[in-house]
Amino acid sequence: MQELPYYPGCSLKDTANNFETSALKTAEELGFDLEELPRWNCCGTVYSLTDDNLMKQLGPIRNLVHAQSHGYDRLYTLCSMCDNTLKRANLLVKEDQDKLKKINAFMDQEPDYLGEVEVRHFLQLLRDEVGWERVRENVKNPLNDLNIAPYYGCMLTRPREVGLDDPHDPSVFDDLIEALGANPVDFAYDSECCGSYNTVDKAEVVLDKTETIINGARKAGADLMITSCPLCQFNLDSRQVDLIEVAPSHEPLPVLYFTQLTALAFGHPEACQFSENSVDPTTKVEPVKNPATER
Amino acid sequence: MNLTDSNRDLTARVEELSGENVYSCYQCGKCSAGCPFTEDMDLLPNQVIRKVQFGDESVLKTETPWICASCLSCEVDCPKGNDVPAIMEGIREISLRQNVDEVDLKQMDTRGLPEIALVSNLRKKTG
Amino acid sequence: MPEKPDTEMVEIFIMGKKYEVPKGLTIMKAMEYSGYQYVRGVGCRGGFCGACATIYRVEGDYKLHTDLACQTTVQDGMYLTQLPFTPAGREKYDIKEINLDTNPLLDLYPELARCVSCNTCTKTCPQDLEVMDFVNEAIRGNIKKVAELSFDCIQCGLCAARCPAEIPHHHVGQLARRIYGRYQAPDSHHLENRVQEIENGKFDEELEELAGLSKGKLEERYENREIQE
Repeated sequence: MQELPYYPGCSLKDTANNFETSALKTAEELGFDLEELPRWNCCGTVYSLTDDNLMKQLGPIRNLVHAQSHGYDRLYTLCSMCDNTLKRANLLVKEDQDKLKKINAFMDQEPDYLGEVEVRHFLQLLRDEVGWERVRENVKNPLNDLNIAPYYGCMLTRPREVGLDDPHDPSVFDDLIEALGANPVDFAYDSECCGSYNTVDKAEVVLDKTETIINGARKAGADLMITSCPLCQFNLDSRQVDLIEVAPSHEPLPVLYFTQLTALAFGHPEACQFSENSVDPTTKVEPVKNPATER
Repeated sequence: MNLTDSNRDLTARVEELSGENVYSCYQCGKCSAGCPFTEDMDLLPNQVIRKVQFGDESVLKTETPWICASCLSCEVDCPKGNDVPAIMEGIREISLRQNVDEVDLKQMDTRGLPEIALVSNLRKKTG
Repeated sequence: MPEKPDTEMVEIFIMGKKYEVPKGLTIMKAMEYSGYQYVRGVGCRGGFCGACATIYRVEGDYKLHTDLACQTTVQDGMYLTQLPFTPAGREKYDIKEINLDTNPLLDLYPELARCVSCNTCTKTCPQDLEVMDFVNEAIRGNIKKVAELSFDCIQCGLCAARCPAEIPHHHVGQLARRIYGRYQAPDSHHLENRVQEIENGKFDEELEELAGLSKGKLEERYENREIQE
């Protein structure tokens, strides 16, 4: 088993634990052991955009220092917001030596960050290192032609400098869905922001988006949707419960982490912890869990 | 808040905070066209930038920078490569750095919200 | 109190005013030597209660240091002040009514999410605790780990005083330890049994006997008690 240094991010240890369990199992099936960094701190998402606030870069850079101290030149992520924050902070200090010096000087209890750790998202592992063929070969429960809406969200593809795919025409989720034996659904809102952190103080803004994105996916024929971010998941999955309260005619659509889909397809539904998904996906995934069952 | 206390005009302050040249915006409106939240905003993103170009301090009282979700759709669309989200953040930071938070933690029921929601919200809306 | 003729003295500044005090005194003793009388900000004088939080700087150094007055000796050119109390927010809660379905630490102290991992708290702690680490564990909902890492906290409040995110670290740690102790730590059955034994009167006779002894006999018993090595 190849060991891969892994950065979970806060949510994956608690409220988004099903993202982690399904990802660990997926990685295991592919011959990888995702080794959590022994010591890490909150990445401090969202990446700070002001030119002068180096304090907000300390969180992400310290994680890269920890990875470096353990001899890793790469760090794998699952949460797309953590991925984005770490990547952007990394790019900032690579391009601005003055800022790196200041950050290193401030973090006087830690070794200096040398700028040599690369942050990679799990999808980059699947696409660029494993390859879709090998993903296909590992499928034990074919997804029985499920129609799946790929929800990219914002942070996987934007900004272009750190995005892992084209912001206007991404395809990595579509390719993954196909490799797992399902049908990717083309819909207009695959990269439209879910409302993000407005869910805390302006939930109505989010509910608008929940409705738009979910209905858009269903109208395009989706049975399920997949995400790569605990905040997207919360806004698109859990918030459907709130949406039904204000719009009782709303028809819920199950939303999964993409690793729940891969773990399911690789024959490990127990690692998916579907009970933690707010909209129950079991009616859609039962036929997959038990291939003998008629659809 | 009173910008004149610190002897800086609004435009210069936003440019300093964001590291962007606000005058390079030629008001094509692509940012506003692609922004998913314009229905909830009082000013469109390009209108906000226009106000900053004129040094109009009323922009500090608009809802738009606080509805902005930093989704970066505007940034990838801008033909001048302006970091529009950074300009929005510059406007937010002017208030936040004067110790005027947008959200009051103790007035919110945060139970059950995922960690990522709290961290990101407080990052953008408190100083 | 007159010093011995050749006692070495050092120069210190208490709240900006200069004093000469004998070398080797603790900050606490030095302040009392200088004529200050502690009414607040003093307690066990043994490094355990956290009352005598002190902030100081030494001539030639720009860094501010933090420590306990009763445990730190004075240095020549020391500039100091006391911080007897940090008014960090302490939420009211009923420990019997804690909801563990969500993260109670984050529910009661959402300001935890403002942590920028700057490490100021860890550097400030006079007990050398890994404060930043336990704040991060608190955000993740790992109550047991918070309880473990904050175990030696003496509630001096210096961390909360310096935190740019206004997190009340010591209150969070205390809450975690209380939750862990009440809801998560394995039950101490031997303790429950002992309490039952006491209530059942197992030790009543012995206790009554001791209570009836004269002072002299008590002292004798004490001197000759069995000491387990």
